[in-house]
Amino acid sequence: MSTKHSVAAGRFLKGDRAVWHDETLWMVRAKRDAMSHSLPEWEQLRDAAAAIKNYSNSHLADLLEEFERNATAAGVHVHWASDAEEFCATVADILEAHGAKHLVKSKSMLAEECGLTPYLEARGIEAAETDLGERILQLMHQRPSHIVLPAIHLRKEEIGDLFRREGMHVDPGNNDQTYLTHAARRDWRHKFLEADAAMTGCNFAVAETGECVVCTNEGNAEMGTSQPKLQITAFGLEKVVPDRRSLGVFTRLLARSATGQPVTTYTAHYRKPRPGGELHFIIVDNGRTDILASPDHVKMLNCLRCGACMNTCPVYRRSGGHSYTYFIPGPVGINLGMLKDPARYSDNVSACSLCHSCQDVCPAKIDLAEQIYKWRQVLDGYGVASAAKKHLSQALEWVIDHPHLFGAAVRNAHLVNSLPHWLMYNRLNEWGKEHDMMHFPHESFSEMWKRGKVMPARTNKENDGEKD
Amino acid sequence: MSVGLFIPCYVNAVFPQVGVAAYKLLTFLGQDVVCPEGQTCCGQPMANAGFEDGAVQAAQHFESLFAGCDYVVGPSASCVAFVRGHYGDLLARGGREHFCAAEGRVYDICEYLHDVVRPESLPSIFPHKVSLQNSCHGVRLLHLSSPSERNVPYYNKLRDLLSLVRGCEVVEPERRDECCGFGGMFAVEEHAVSGRMGRDKVRRHMATGAEYITGADSSCLMHQNGIIAREKWPIKTIHIVEILAAGL
Repeated sequence: MSTKHSVAAGRFLKGDRAVWHDETLWMVRAKRDAMSHSLPEWEQLRDAAAAIKNYSNSHLADLLEEFERNATAAGVHVHWASDAEEFCATVADILEAHGAKHLVKSKSMLAEECGLTPYLEARGIEAAETDLGERILQLMHQRPSHIVLPAIHLRKEEIGDLFRREGMHVDPGNNDQTYLTHAARRDWRHKFLEADAAMTGCNFAVAETGECVVCTNEGNAEMGTSQPKLQITAFGLEKVVPDRRSLGVFTRLLARSATGQPVTTYTAHYRKPRPGGELHFIIVDNGRTDILASPDHVKMLNCLRCGACMNTCPVYRRSGGHSYTYFIPGPVGINLGMLKDPARYSDNVSACSLCHSCQDVCPAKIDLAEQIYKWRQVLDGYGVASAAKKHLSQALEWVIDHPHLFGAAVRNAHLVNSLPHWLMYNRLNEWGKEHDMMHFPHESFSEMWKRGKVMPARTNKENDGEKD
Repeated sequence: MSVGLFIPCYVNAVFPQVGVAAYKLLTFLGQDVVCPEGQTCCGQPMANAGFEDGAVQAAQHFESLFAGCDYVVGPSASCVAFVRGHYGDLLARGGREHFCAAEGRVYDICEYLHDVVRPESLPSIFPHKVSLQNSCHGVRLLHLSSPSERNVPYYNKLRDLLSLVRGCEVVEPERRDECCGFGGMFAVEEHAVSGRMGRDKVRRHMATGAEYITGADSSCLMHQNGIIAREKWPIKTIHIVEILAAGL
């Protein structure tokens, strides 16, 4: 009775970084808690965010067309892509039309989702990550383990070693974070200077103004877009918000939820091309309109990609992002993976104790745990439910539906107490791997009740009466 | 006005003393308590594992057992949350109209005592230091205490009730409402993560210096108890009704 997630999580827990991973991400949650508690209107902001998203999701076509009109009027080229293939091809076409060979890109989960970098590399176009964490992972050929803190699973020593292997000017044994960051800045600066084009993701697309808003802490998106004449900014179509007033709700929630900062260090608004330059916005569907059509899961389109649900998730913190089979881990990833391909990504659905903390931290109030519960109900239909779990549930159901059998089972439960050790703690008993078996009393409550052994207490009144 | 005592399956089989204490406590407070025979299980274990259909008959059985009661009260926050949150759907699926009497009448015993009975005093004595197990479904579905991640004023109905018990010192662990890792079938399917969560939780309870871990959910306590026994750690678990009924 195990899933790919449970096996990988077991491996992660045997390793040396599980405790540290849990504590590091708990610290991020604690920062988020402090920041959210410092705003008296925090819960109203969450309500407002959920209401705006509800509005936007139900007016997507209007808002996106309004966005397109305003952006086009400002001189931006607006493209639409229905899936990953069309998105990658659109980017490649724009770059090839300009003869661009070197692209600098800032962090974009959409690009990750659509496999943009390998697509471009296959066409001889370099796509260099400029977010420090993403760049480290690109050099290590690893995927992100967190959507906001992509390299959170790595230790600074591993990063120092990587930099030395890459031939960067880093002293042996010096793995100080600031030192390494300066080394990265020095060494990668030329990428910005030599780039033919820049690409960014987008946190919010404002329909009223036709602008794309990009939030970063490192300033790498701004650095990237400042030199080349050609800029491409892409977003999933759920990123559209009606106007700047609603944008303010989200920018107040985003960084506080994500990293416990009042606001991201940089918040760039891209409205029009620079003089002599070109600006392209690409609006991507890639399955999002299918989510829109699913009443049980439509709220997934509320997601700001802040990662708060991952930081609070007790399972994510103790299993690490790479234990999940979808590229986005944690509660949000379990759900997005199932929406992408339920048969393929069902192994993550076990990674939830249904503690519901994710729903409480979500700035846009997505019912993440309830949706995971709903996915569990349909696993059997996809033929991916655990056979052992199914048999156990069926046996349980059968006993429960026959009160006499249930009574007999409970009456005889104490026999378990005297089972030999080898029978109780073997590889078939998964409970026995972590726990000692519970001790079953000789008499159950129902037997005691039947035999008149459950006595009422004397009430206060009766006691008083006795005194009189 | 009759109160139906809901005895969840594992309370029946593993912790009968919790049922006994619940009965004593309710009768002491002048409640007219009935305990229907033939109770089985609310169906949550199957539903959380992904086999909700298997819980339909359990819901129908529950609904008919408690049909005559004004309130249904059980010493288990999670089972109560399941009845309240899912029985309407389950019964509708079983062909009934979308109406579930149990859903609106079912209470966790702490919630019922705190919000409905509202005792001002209890004769109970429990001269020990206890650490609160704020269980997830109690906190986030039944609102027994303020969730640490939400910006709402602090409250804790369990702490309020324990303040009526003479000699009982109440503390809360660091990460006061982080999940202990039980989660029904989760504890089996994801046993490595579940076990780690459980050990982390018990360690934090022990760090408070408490002699007992107490809470409104026998399931969380059962999970932590199994870990305590395995690790031979010097702390015990006790359901909150056993403390509230101590000395009755």
